[in-house]
Amino acid sequence: MPEFLQFAFSGLTVGAIYALVALGFTLIYNASGVIYFAQGEFVMLGGMVTVFAHAAGMPLPLAALTALVTAVVIGLTLYKFAIEPARGASAVSLIIITIGASILLRGVTSIVFDKNFHSLPPYAGGEPWIVGGAALLPQSIIVLAGAAAIVAALWYFLTRTLTGKAVLATAANRLAARLVGINTNAVVGLSFAVSAAIGAIGGILMTPITFTSYDSGTLLALKGFAAAMLGGMGNPIGAVVGGLAVGLLEAFSAGYISSSYKDAVAFLVILGVLFVMPNGLFGRSGVERV
Amino acid sequence: MRRFFDSPYAVVLVLAVVVAILPLALPSLFYLRVAALICIFALAVVGLNLLIGFAGQVSLGHAGFFGIGAYAVAIGPTHLGVPPWLALIAGAAAAGIVAFLVGRPILRLRGHYLAVATLGMGLLFAMVFANESAWTGGPDGMPVPRLEVFGWRISGPWSWYWIAGVTLVIGAWIAANVIASPTGRALRAIHDSETAAQVLGIDVARYKLIAFVLSAVYAAVAGAYLAMFDGLVTPEAAGFLRSIEFVTMAVLGGLGSTLGGIVGAALLVLLPQLLTVFHDYEHIALGLVMILVMIFVPAGIVPSLATLLGWKRS
Repeated sequence: MPEFLQFAFSGLTVGAIYALVALGFTLIYNASGVIYFAQGEFVMLGGMVTVFAHAAGMPLPLAALTALVTAVVIGLTLYKFAIEPARGASAVSLIIITIGASILLRGVTSIVFDKNFHSLPPYAGGEPWIVGGAALLPQSIIVLAGAAAIVAALWYFLTRTLTGKAVLATAANRLAARLVGINTNAVVGLSFAVSAAIGAIGGILMTPITFTSYDSGTLLALKGFAAAMLGGMGNPIGAVVGGLAVGLLEAFSAGYISSSYKDAVAFLVILGVLFVMPNGLFGRSGVERV
Repeated sequence: MRRFFDSPYAVVLVLAVVVAILPLALPSLFYLRVAALICIFALAVVGLNLLIGFAGQVSLGHAGFFGIGAYAVAIGPTHLGVPPWLALIAGAAAAGIVAFLVGRPILRLRGHYLAVATLGMGLLFAMVFANESAWTGGPDGMPVPRLEVFGWRISGPWSWYWIAGVTLVIGAWIAANVIASPTGRALRAIHDSETAAQVLGIDVARYKLIAFVLSAVYAAVAGAYLAMFDGLVTPEAAGFLRSIEFVTMAVLGGLGSTLGGIVGAALLVLLPQLLTVFHDYEHIALGLVMILVMIFVPAGIVPSLATLLGWKRS
């Protein structure tokens, strides 16, 4: 039982990060129909910028804020110069552009910073609590609480503010949203900025637990994508549930089966979802126009 | 001129002439080595182009098949006592069979979903190569024995240039045949609209699978060549970056153009040789090329040039 709890704790912790990546995917997908492969890179950026800003002597909160702002600026820049000019391009072109953006961010990070692994000191003590025989790191609580706060803030933003409703309207029907006077371009830009911020916060939260390096974004994107698909593409609640589920599956298979193949779990989830329930747990089916 | 360049066989002819003449123009063995590398990468890209350029199906995991070919010529002779040439054939066959088995379910997916599934597939292969160290030597890789045919040990840029060059010409010829055949027309129909192709009575799943298996075999042969040429194979052969490199080569030269794929491969192989600092900036260069080409020359270099020069109907 302690073993089971231990795996559950670590699964929920990484799952919360996957949920944040999946939320970023969901926001951008809803606003623009693009699957943003660079989403994982913002998690990496959040972690790396915090590490280096902190190492340069900034206090941790300021370093985290710097990372957040950097990620948002980069997210908006990429949107402006890489995604927006290619509007209306085929899915294949958009895939190649977003993968290109992802590789570009990696490359820039490896030059500006370095290619090593980095970590941060835990934000609130490194001494684990013993719960039911399993060790629970205070940092895990911070990650889970942080992720929950983001989800709550996002929910409030989308359902209780006018701008948030404009985002939902644009997701539902872009043309109709424009007809009622919503600046859909601004809404799409906003979605890219918010997604970058969510990713960066995920990176800032997780870096004290898992190491980060310039190339950690791809796997995070793959896992976040698996989570988003499991929950049903475009569904924010589904993204959160999917993220936690992928995290738990990964932790249990690492614990009970083999840790060297734990990264394969996300891939198997993607395949499983695609074949068994192509619309995910909370998704709706669609119709394609020829 | 226009009619000539509209024929897929024209490219094969031009390519054969270039491959035959090129060694005369190359001043040293170093350049011959680079030329051999270009031929090897171009082979993989010509195959991938059948899948992405003609069938319109993205694969972000083709380095996985490249890796299968590379590890086949390493593991076969080292662990199983299979002669290298047989291991090469076995590797190509294995990649084809794996592509057939994986392709059936994976190719039901479209667009972004297919991209992610192939990306995961590639990562999975790389993971196996890195983890099964008893067979593959783990993350450090393993040495690859030299190719031996009828007692002749084949090594060095000279021999490999001819092997890779001739294989590339044959590969381009097979691709031209596929493109000119009903299969090629079916693939283009699928590219334009899968649903419409299905309504026309095209067995979409079957043709996509044909393109997938073919491209996997091309990649595996290229992978085996590179491993034997280098005398070493590491899991990076099957890595994500390698997959991206292939896609970038195809996109840069021009999707749906065999010559484009070869030009794209040549440019991306030449770039790091010309700029020695390039190695540090490899990611940046690949990323920028992908973004800029897709925005400014979405058709790729070769088709855009051909249109510009009036060789091809736009």
